[in-house]
Amino acid sequence: MKELPTVQADGGSSDSGPPRAPQVASVKLMATLAVAGAVAGLLIVLVFQWADPQIQAHRAAALRAALLEVLSGPASYRSLYVSPAGLSMTPPAGVDTVTAEKVYIGYDDAGDVVGYAVTGGEPGFQDIIQLIFGYDAGQGRLLGMMVLESKETPGLGDKIFKDLDFVAEFQGVTAPIKGVKLGAGTGADNEVDMITGATISSRTVIDIINHRLEALGSALEEHVPEPPPPPSASSAEEPPAGDEGEERS
Amino acid sequence: MGDLFWILLSAMLVNNFTLHLFLGLCPFLGVSARVDTALRMGLANIFVLVMTSVCVWLLNTFILPYAPYLRLISFIVVIASFVQITEMAIKKFSPTLFRQLGIFLPLITTNCAILGYAIFNTNRGYDFLQGLFFAIGAGLGLTLALVLMASIRETSETASIPAMARNMGLVLIISGSLSLAFMGFAGLFTS
Amino acid sequence: MRETTPREDLLRGIWKENPVLVQLLGLCPALAVTNTVPNSIAMGLATFFVLLGSSFLVSLMKNWIPAEVRISAYILIIATFVTIADFVLAAVVPVIHKELGAFIALIVVNCMILGRQEAFASKRPVGRALLDAAGTGAGFMIALLMMGTFREILGNGSVMGYSLFGDNFEPWIVMILPPGGFFTLGFILLSFGWWKDRQAETSHVRQWPHGVASGEEAL
Repeated sequence: MKELPTVQADGGSSDSGPPRAPQVASVKLMATLAVAGAVAGLLIVLVFQWADPQIQAHRAAALRAALLEVLSGPASYRSLYVSPAGLSMTPPAGVDTVTAEKVYIGYDDAGDVVGYAVTGGEPGFQDIIQLIFGYDAGQGRLLGMMVLESKETPGLGDKIFKDLDFVAEFQGVTAPIKGVKLGAGTGADNEVDMITGATISSRTVIDIINHRLEALGSALEEHVPEPPPPPSASSAEEPPAGDEGEERS
Repeated sequence: MGDLFWILLSAMLVNNFTLHLFLGLCPFLGVSARVDTALRMGLANIFVLVMTSVCVWLLNTFILPYAPYLRLISFIVVIASFVQITEMAIKKFSPTLFRQLGIFLPLITTNCAILGYAIFNTNRGYDFLQGLFFAIGAGLGLTLALVLMASIRETSETASIPAMARNMGLVLIISGSLSLAFMGFAGLFTS
Repeated sequence: MRETTPREDLLRGIWKENPVLVQLLGLCPALAVTNTVPNSIAMGLATFFVLLGSSFLVSLMKNWIPAEVRISAYILIIATFVTIADFVLAAVVPVIHKELGAFIALIVVNCMILGRQEAFASKRPVGRALLDAAGTGAGFMIALLMMGTFREILGNGSVMGYSLFGDNFEPWIVMILPPGGFFTLGFILLSFGWWKDRQAETSHVRQWPHGVASGEEAL
């Protein structure tokens, strides 16, 4: 077995050569680690500077894709911060812009409001399901739904995003949504057929939407929409943070 | 409060750290031959996880917002230092406890469960209490998996096992069955 | 111990001392991200990069790192490369980065990497350390690919997303779920055990040709 370096009472090591003065040894250890740490930090910062813009761009693109899906292709959108006082373009005092609760308002080519996009997440069958849905506050109807994060069982629970018929059911359904078993529905405007064999996952999706609308519905209805962003600002006025706090790097 | 309970039970049963998230496999496969060693390893893990939850919360709240790219390095440094300090403290204040627990502590440093916990905690943006309950649930889940595996292995020592299976292969198949069994917990606790 | 040749340093990690299948190191990522082939490849490449980079630096700086702090220094070096790999993956392939998730960062505590630095890179010249790292990384990648292909074909009926069996195939879903990871590695190890057992039998018969007609008495 390899001989282990012995440790003296003063902290130095005596596996080879004459014993060194303890202060020098400790300083040398600290210095080595400090230098190594500094070089490591420098390398990481350099790579971060290169990678960060691309990571932000990916996030913005993912959000744009989600909004395109649930608001049926808006021409532009704005982010609004949610606070107890209602929705506003400026973040409430003391709130971090990255983790703040946001809704998005979409506009069509003519500058009219298409609807609001709201995100939400709750525990489903396996783990938390995150989704985003589009909502027309004036008519009280959903415009679409898209699952952002799901760890549901493949082949069963994952039908909440793989079964396109289920996803399409959310277009035009009125709130609050009522989930009904396949074949038991009465054809009412607020009914959605749940997936056979994935009742809990489907019910969670419906619950997320209903709970979010309970919390925000009045704020959305009362909110006076801001005018659309000017065309030169492309389609976003700030790089958004993607799904709420899920991905931080 | 329901939220906290869900976090604890989910980490312990539904998304068990070892059987579902594959964290903490080195001790699970290596230290699970005897029930009492498994129990002690599990308790040491719970202790380190709970302390890590405090450190992670401190780091995330006060230091890392200024340097998010140093997250991984700072987690590792903090975990390693903390385990080292704990080992020295236990050695000094309770030699009996050290004799029972001490050899496991350095193993825990490179245990992916601790670092995995820190990363999941950060990604989900848990606050102090949520992180604490997550740590307790994760530790309990680890202990549960360890003790279950140890009791199965202890019992199967006297069973006649074909030569080709007298290696880790059988342990892994047993783990797979355990994992399959734990899948039954899914859907028990929804909000 | 006799000096190993460069060829041995390179080839040893690939099969004979394969980190996953023989030494049983680095099991956390091996089981967690092998549910599809693209994930396996990405994890294999990321680990390969970290292994090469850190072996290179550790071997380069081995004379300047005091023995007392060597483990901390190695971990620092490994963590740096892992952070870099994490950022590069997030910037270049965000979808795969999301699928691998926390396991990219967990490469840091992959005992295989720290083991190679401690056992080899810290004692040998840079060239040999690189060969050893390349061999181990390749072995890791091979093990991951084996598991990933097995699991994706059975659990999803596809390879790299291309469906193999058409629509009528009912996939064996458990294979892409956590138990499938355990079962797959367990099955591979059992196969190795069976193979070794068979070899021991036949070689035993060869050793004692008198009076032992079949392998039954060898056990």
